[in-house]
Amino acid sequence: MSAAVSQTLAQKLIARASGRAHVAVGEVVTCKVDLAMFHDSSGPRRLKPMLDELGAEIWDKNKVVLVLDHYVPAQDADAQKIIQIARDTAKQWKLPHVIDSEGICHVVLPERGHLKPGMFCVGGDSHSPTGGAFGCYMFGIGATEMLGVCVTGQIWVQVPRTLRMHWSGRLQRGVSAKDMMLHMVGRFGMNGGQYQAVEFAGPAVQALSMAERMTLSNMSAEMGAQAGLIAADETTLKYLRGVGVDPAHLTGSEQWHTDEDAEFEQHCFDACTLSPQVAAPHSPANTRDVGEFADVQPNIAYIGACTGAKLEDLRAAASVLKGQRVAAGVQLMVAPASAREQAQATQEGVMQTLLDAGATVLPNSCGACAGYGATFPEGSTVISTTARNFKGRMGPASVNVYLASPYTVAASALRGRISDAREVLA
Amino acid sequence: MTNRSFDNARVWRMGADVDTDALAPGAYMKHGLEVIGWHCLEAVRSDFASGVREGDVIVAEANFGIGSSREQAAGVLRHLGLAAVIAPSYSGLYFRNAFNLGLLLLTCPDADKIEEGERVGVTFEGDTPVVIRPNGQPLACAAIPEFLMDMVDAGGLLPLLKQRKPA
Repeated sequence: MSAAVSQTLAQKLIARASGRAHVAVGEVVTCKVDLAMFHDSSGPRRLKPMLDELGAEIWDKNKVVLVLDHYVPAQDADAQKIIQIARDTAKQWKLPHVIDSEGICHVVLPERGHLKPGMFCVGGDSHSPTGGAFGCYMFGIGATEMLGVCVTGQIWVQVPRTLRMHWSGRLQRGVSAKDMMLHMVGRFGMNGGQYQAVEFAGPAVQALSMAERMTLSNMSAEMGAQAGLIAADETTLKYLRGVGVDPAHLTGSEQWHTDEDAEFEQHCFDACTLSPQVAAPHSPANTRDVGEFADVQPNIAYIGACTGAKLEDLRAAASVLKGQRVAAGVQLMVAPASAREQAQATQEGVMQTLLDAGATVLPNSCGACAGYGATFPEGSTVISTTARNFKGRMGPASVNVYLASPYTVAASALRGRISDAREVLA
Repeated sequence: MTNRSFDNARVWRMGADVDTDALAPGAYMKHGLEVIGWHCLEAVRSDFASGVREGDVIVAEANFGIGSSREQAAGVLRHLGLAAVIAPSYSGLYFRNAFNLGLLLLTCPDADKIEEGERVGVTFEGDTPVVIRPNGQPLACAAIPEFLMDMVDAGGLLPLLKQRKPA
């Protein structure tokens, strides 16, 4: 028997999904899809007419998850129509997995135990690489390509190279995964990932909770990577058992890692020396240390989205704001990423801390981040935990959005200017 | 085989990092391509939506189509009649969406040589497209795999699936 070929995590996941022992970088292979997720915007309203036109049906309804998060709650009649199409279609197709107005797709998917190490998944949303935090190969596709998946249960991929981001050391208090990611996007640029696989590794990554790891994988999209992978470890398995995944389905999870002698491109970072990062308008790659923005005075502080309003993000903001109120002239908005995470935050007193600080709490949906409904008014200066600050995305072209971590957003709301949370927490 | 070549395509120059939210602004995503088309690229080039004509091409700098998975960002350019986009690089997700909707993307390292308003042609040498400038200068592009060109020929994945559907 010949020795096993050394492979990256990305290669192993794609090899499994394509029914091969190993795959080579650059080859185009067809993979079987273990799970397809789509939402109210990319899903039924686009898929149903195309499926009807083809006279086709979904290949395996058990492998499909529909999440209503982009247009909920409806802001107008057009949005209501889109939501109604999603609900009616879910009934007509008898979809077994529908999550309606209970949170953002990338957060509720793992929360309901749909993701497990080793899976090959697609999502009808660009932040689908979030699933990579659970050791899945998961990436975003458009509605027409989702149609192809729905009909065939398969999709092609070109086996990617792996760019491994190795983080040594440990983050300082008040510095988070969001800062790591803004730093990397700033360094490599919005297409620096070249649609390859990014993998996050090293002691500083292993020390992160699942929520923080999800932030890394999530913003792999802003690096232009196809996938953002993190090998499963005890933290992953503990999370998955906690959300009710049958431990029998988690056996063998340790095989989903990059072999040390596999070929990959490695970049090294030191978590100890990382300062909080801020991305100035209008690109997530426009990143510098927080100290360079001390003269910016936001009038809106926004804690929201799959990227920045998970339970850990809410806790981070509350740790900065505890017992205090936001500065005059700053409006603090909090849109918790899921109903379950909000309930937990309420139980812990985190929501009360945010309310006492003056926060307005918004629904568990994509909200202003997607820019599909309620957005920010003309001329606003916003500091936000979201992932993208493109001109015109979250409101009129006159809106200036600065991206930062929940710590930095909370500290900036407190002081009325962009501030370093380490000073507040000290 | 389908004749994929074309000529006399008028050039609209764009910068780097043209994003999906500029191509298909979120505020109009509730609507169809006609409405999105009226607002296509208004945040970066306000004369585009009203001035674009059937058969024109966009020539952009690096990283065209970064951002969202919304395929309307590619669909809107086909709706507006663009013959192709020519750029040195694309978002990988946008690249897939474009071919799935039958929009031809040419990966041309020397796209920056092409000037606003000039008329270019495109020919194919096998699976390799070449952009021809008005002065005759050829600009080589990356080869496009046949299975992607099949989608361009068919007008996208949906028409292709229909063609291939067993009777």
